[in-house]
Parts: sequence; C-alpha cells; structure tokens
Amino acid sequence: MSAKPIISAQAAADRVDSGNMVMVGGFLGVGSPDQVLRALKARGTSGLTLVCNDTGIHDAKSGRCTGVAPLIESKAFSKVMVSHIGTNPETQRQMNAGETEVELIPQGTLAERVRAAGAGLGGVLTPTGVGTEVARGKQVIQVAGRDFLLETALGADIALIKARTADRAGNLVFCGTARNFNPLMATAAQTVIAEVEELVEIGDLDPDAIHTPSIYVDFLVLADQGRG
Amino acid sequence: MEYVPNKDIIAKRIARMFHTGDVVNLGIGLPTLVGNHLPEDVSILLQSENGMVGLGPSPERGAEHPDIVNAGGMPVTVVPGGCFLDSASSFGIVRGGHVDYTVLGVLEVDQEGNLANYMVPGKLVPGMGGAMDLVCGARKVIAATLHFEPSGASRMKRRCSLPLTAAGEVDFVVTDLGLFEVKQGHFLLRECFAPYTPEWIQERTQADIAVADDCRTFAYQPPLSQEQP
Repeated sequence: MSAKPIISAQAAADRVDSGNMVMVGGFLGVGSPDQVLRALKARGTSGLTLVCNDTGIHDAKSGRCTGVAPLIESKAFSKVMVSHIGTNPETQRQMNAGETEVELIPQGTLAERVRAAGAGLGGVLTPTGVGTEVARGKQVIQVAGRDFLLETALGADIALIKARTADRAGNLVFCGTARNFNPLMATAAQTVIAEVEELVEIGDLDPDAIHTPSIYVDFLVLADQGRG
Repeated sequence: MEYVPNKDIIAKRIARMFHTGDVVNLGIGLPTLVGNHLPEDVSILLQSENGMVGLGPSPERGAEHPDIVNAGGMPVTVVPGGCFLDSASSFGIVRGGHVDYTVLGVLEVDQEGNLANYMVPGKLVPGMGGAMDLVCGARKVIAATLHFEPSGASRMKRRCSLPLTAAGEVDFVVTDLGLFEVKQGHFLLRECFAPYTPEWIQERTQADIAVADDCRTFAYQPPLSQEQP
C-alpha cells in the first residue's frame, strides 16, 4: 500500500481554485481543519461555494471565531450551502445585504446529499421539508402513500476534512463529535485533503477501527502540536 | 393576575414525560434545560444531532474535551455505553423513527400542529439545522416555549404566519401556563399550572383551546408520579 503525500497547510490552500465548490467538515467548528482554513484565508482565494453544516461561531464580544467563520469574515464565499447560520451574525448580515448567497439545507438532507454523491446515487427521497419552503422547486414523489422530496446528490471539487489520526496510507480515524460530516465529505469530492493530529505507520491501525478507508484521501496535512 | 415568565416549570414538566429507555433529543435553547430536571428513577438516552448517543452532563471545569460537544457547541460528556456517529447515521436515527421524543423551541406553533421555529424572513434567519428532520422523524414532538412573546401575543396561534419547520407534526405544547395536546385542529389543555386558570389562559391566547374534562391544575411542583397526559 502506497503512502499519500503529506503537504503543508499552505500547499493545501494552493489547491483550492477560485470558483471551486469546497466541502468543509465540522459542526460549529468542531472537527474543522483549522490550519488549512487559516492558510486558505491568508491566501485570499475567493468566489468559492461552501458546503458545510454551518458557517461557524462568530461572537464579536468574546472574539470567538470557529470553523469557517474567519473565511466568512474575509468574504471567501460567494455562496454557502449550509443547515444553520444562526451562530454567525456576519453571515446573516451578508445574506440580508445581498453580498453572499445563502442556501439553507436541512442537516439530515445535507448529510444524505453528500453521502449520495460519494456513493454513486442520483439522490435520495426524504420526508424532511415536505410542506415547507424547502420543497419549493423540487419533485415530490409518493411511495406507499407518503410524500417524499427528491433531493439530488451534492458533490464538490475539494473536500477539506479533519481527522484525529491517519496512517500514511490515508486511512482515517475520527474523534468524538468531531466526526460529523467528515467521513461523508471524504467520499464526495474530486480532491480530498485531510488535516490530522496524529500520523501513524501503515499497519498500525486495526482494520476494525478505521472509519474512512485510505482510497478516499488524496493529501494529508499534519497539524502542528497544540490544538488550533 | 400578572404573567411572570417561568422557564423552569416548562423544563420540569417536560422532564416528567419520559419513560426509562426512551431516546430523546433536546434542542438548543430552552429545551436543553429539560436535561437538568430528569427524575432520578427514569433513565433515558439523550441523542445529539451532531453525532452522539448518550449525551451526559456538563464536564467539570478544566475537564472539557474539545471534540465532545452538544448541538449548541457546548462541551458535554458521554455516558458509559454512549457512542459517536457520523452525520448521516445520526440523522438516520432522527429520520428513521428511532427518537421517541424531540423537544424543540418555538417561534410560532398552531392548532393544526404546524411549527415555525427557524426563520423570520428578512430579520432573523438562524436556519433550520436539524429541526426539520427531528420534527418529521421523531415519534412524539414536544414544542417548548414561554407562553407569550415580548409583545404580549401568545406563541400559540390559530395559524402560523412564519415559514414552517414542518406541517402537522406537533403532538404537545408545554408552556409556563400549561401542558397542551394538539388534537383535531385545536389545542386541548390537559394540565394547568397555578396560579393561572384555564379561563385566564383561553382569554389571552390567540388560538382555540378546549379544556380536557380531566384537566388538572398543578402548583409549581408537579407530582413526582410519571402520569402520562
């Protein structure tokens, strides 16, 4: 089994092109690849479409700025496709001012659309959103007398994900609630860059303990010691 | 009689609706307070949409694990026997009918069981997060809210005017005035919290409220027995 290239956060950021659709793992910033995101902000790439659970936490009072919130601040995204923006007032301000397009997707639907893309499915049928704004413009399909929305697969150019541990082959193990969207996004993008806290040798990971197979991962970024 | 908001009684009453073995999801905001009032003799499993079954109490100061948080991003612990999942699996639990009760906050809830709790167009747009999936998928939906908005209007309506989180899915509404069931196009008052009376509630709520024949009035501390409404 061959090893995946280990690159710097800056080199990872260089691989994101303006106009790309970018998936970022994490839930309110927990499980987000913070060092790669920091490098991406520093690079100033813009015109991106974000696919993420949320746009992070941005608390002006405390200065807390998690997940993709720093990139929202620097206007890296022309569009965000997320389930929640309530913890980032800047996103809401940009949306109301017409500066950034916001598409709200129910969290379970977002998870399934990403999973479907990675799994070669055209989409899924879900009851979530039937009878709400979410159903607008979508096909409603009846199965056994129950209404479902047809939600299509959602893939991306690049996935920036975060894992606790990788082996050199690119097998990944996640930690706690930092797992969330990361394993799904790992399957659903052309290029997958995984920022990891710990790197072990091929063969060190118990095959039963691996969450994401190495085949999905293209590049590894080893985070500096000391979180964030 | 003057209205005095009381979040505590809402949390306390909802906490007594569960049975041992129930899988429960508590939304962010007021619903999380329910976790503080769970009776000692009832053992439930808290599920968190961000990928955990077996949400435990807050960790001790200094013992927070940065990768173990609840759906509001606050540090939590995991109980013995708990586990972590990815987001697709997590919402499989939610959407697949494996959550017995979901407790959510409210902007508006109406007598047809419609819930609006994710946006006020042009003003407040937090987004739906997992709320739509939860309301669709959970076996029973409990809407938890102070009875009145700051304006003095009731949160319980005849018909929601805000964008809906889901249509016709709410089973119970628990406010600081009483416990209501949603039944056949109207609210049914099952329990009234003293000092308020059913009539006082009906007069001030902009919705149709019927009073159950066996409607009981409780003082601030409902009885400990797990009587189901």
